Amino acid sequence: MITVPVSVQLLLPSVLFLIGLLGVLIRRNVIFMLMAMEIMLNAAGLVFIIGSSLWKQADGQVMVIFILAMAAAEVAVGLALILQVYQMHKTVDVDQLRELKDEQEQG
Amino acid sequence: MDVFHLLWLVPAFPLAGFLILALFGLRLHSRAVAWIGTGSIGLSAILTLWIGIHFLTQPPANYQYSLTLWTWFDINGFAPGIALYLDPLSLVYIFVITFVSFFIHLYSTAFMRGDEGYVRFFAYMNLFVFSMLVLVLANNLLLLYLGWEGVGLCSFLLIGFWYRDEVNGYAARKAFIVTRIGDTAFIIGLFLLVKQFHTLNIQDILQQAPVVGSAGAAAVVWITILLLGGAVGKSAQLPLQTWLPDAMAGPTPVSALIHAATMVTAGVYLIARTHVLYSLAPAVQSLVAIIGLLTLLIAGFSALAQHDLKRILAYSTISQIGYMFLALGVGAWTAAIFHFMIHAFFKALLFLAAGAVIMAMEEEHDIFKMGGLRKKMPITFWTFLAGSGALAAIPLITAGFYSKDQILFDALASTQGSFWLWLGGFVGAFITVLYTFRMVYVTFYGEQKKPITHNPEGEKVMMIPLIVLAVLSIIGGWIELPHAWAHFTPFSDFLTHVLPPTNLKPGMESQELMLQLLTAVIVFAGIYLTWLAYVKKPALSASWKNTALGRACHDFFYKGWMFDQLYNTLFVKPVVWISRIDPHDFIDYIYEGFGRLNVSIHAGFSRTQSGYVRWYLLCIAIGILFIFSLILFV
Repeated sequence: MITVPVSVQLLLPSVLFLIGLLGVLIRRNVIFMLMAMEIMLNAAGLVFIIGSSLWKQADGQVMVIFILAMAAAEVAVGLALILQVYQMHKTVDVDQLRELKDEQEQG
Repeated sequence: MDVFHLLWLVPAFPLAGFLILALFGLRLHSRAVAWIGTGSIGLSAILTLWIGIHFLTQPPANYQYSLTLWTWFDINGFAPGIALYLDPLSLVYIFVITFVSFFIHLYSTAFMRGDEGYVRFFAYMNLFVFSMLVLVLANNLLLLYLGWEGVGLCSFLLIGFWYRDEVNGYAARKAFIVTRIGDTAFIIGLFLLVKQFHTLNIQDILQQAPVVGSAGAAAVVWITILLLGGAVGKSAQLPLQTWLPDAMAGPTPVSALIHAATMVTAGVYLIARTHVLYSLAPAVQSLVAIIGLLTLLIAGFSALAQHDLKRILAYSTISQIGYMFLALGVGAWTAAIFHFMIHAFFKALLFLAAGAVIMAMEEEHDIFKMGGLRKKMPITFWTFLAGSGALAAIPLITAGFYSKDQILFDALASTQGSFWLWLGGFVGAFITVLYTFRMVYVTFYGEQKKPITHNPEGEKVMMIPLIVLAVLSIIGGWIELPHAWAHFTPFSDFLTHVLPPTNLKPGMESQELMLQLLTAVIVFAGIYLTWLAYVKKPALSASWKNTALGRACHDFFYKGWMFDQLYNTLFVKPVVWISRIDPHDFIDYIYEGFGRLNVSIHAGFSRTQSGYVRWYLLCIAIGILFIFSLILFV
């Protein structure tokens, strides 16, 4: 077996996380933001598996199954919300969804 | 059964009426409001009558009764109490206040009907009666001052009752500010009293006074001058008389109650209550008499030139209170209180009847636009005539004769009186007859210049008070007959338990009959002259008014001897000018700067709440980065 040092092992999840984070920050379509969040979640799951393999315990892998299940539920709810947003505002551009803006006038 | 310990209920009933109307009045039907508002005063009146009967038949020891409810506060031994004090003087006052108030409230139930502020009116009136009763029943000057301020407040609220018209607001503010000047003098006087006597309990002060301040001692002089300042403000005497004519902006029952019968007599009460102090400062007492004399003449001449019915009565009130001050100033204490009582009756009557006339003439106040109402409004006419007769002091048949003549006689005959004081009062009495009957003739005789829209003669609740007060204006004087006629003076005998009797110069009693004949002559002469001038040959007065001198005099008297203009030039204009020369202070910049700094910081923070989700996420990411760097490198 090729032993890969932990710091290298952690490189993949961090790159994946960064890609997800940048995706959330840069993307304007809400659906793509959701997808990027999924990538972030999966990256976190990868870190758990790395930990589990490092300390020879199954807890990490159990956690990943949790994360997968939770991600699925979250996506279901998120997509339902996006559907409602689209019906109300006729757009999935997150920059158009600005109703919580503070309407402070200069005075 | 000791009914005196129910004394606290006399002011408590109106207070309860005020609280009920203030809290729940808007939810009540207007009939309930009328019953509560008038009923509370009615209960006080009945209780006063009962207490009075007991007081007369089984008087308490020394004709004094004290009822302490609780101690207000206690600081370093100075502990005024919420305590009521009943003696002949306060009994006379609460009798007049409750009875006249009751009739005025009864009248108002019909007069104010339909007004959107019906509830507010009765609430304020009840609060006023409560404050006035506290004023006269207080056993210490601090509680008296509480009542004093309370009546000032209610006067402001009621003068500006129809607040949507800003003129009424100005009149209310003017009344409050002018009386405030007097109130300031009053409170400084109270401070001096505390410094001198260490108590504000009235009886304690009166007992200690001869010891602490022998005649002419500076402290007593200052105290009496300051208290006089307060009295002058509240009673609309010189130099603070300018507020009362403008106070006629309020509803007529308010003018009847506050500005004729009760509040304006608070000054008279104050001086009578602290009479020992004034006896110890004879110079100040003479000042009281001089103020009274000047005021009665100035107001009398002013009344002669007015054509607003209520303003004539307002100046008349100022003038008659001048008579009371004149009496107090010459040491005729009981005569002043007697005139107060009779004046309350006929002045309230005159105001209420004037209200009926104004109501019939559809809010017309100018007497020269009225006329010929004698046949159409008989009850109003005859009661108004009874009141006018009492005001003019028609001999024998009106109560005003007995009280005013007593004052005129004492002004001449008292040891502190003088010929000039009598002469001034005598001339004032003639002027009184002139303006009174001018008012009667122009309003009720002659041709009717304006049709009657709504004749209140049918309203029983308005006519009954007029009739009752008219009867009192006639028979009220028979409880105090002049000494020259008979020795029947139950009124002053009753009051002499509190107020000292008037010291007369020796040998003066014989002159009394002659003085009365003189006054009778001028009364009838005045009635005849005004009849000539205003009924028989109205052209006469018109032609005199057209001369330059006549016009100047008329204008001068019409403006109340130009006191308003004088105060405007002396006080109002300089203060306004000073406040306008520097509208943008540098000090303002500091305070404004605080505000502007706040606003700009807020604006800055507000820009972070942009509503962009991606901006929020970026901020979260930056925050996480920051925390990570802290953890890793710090």
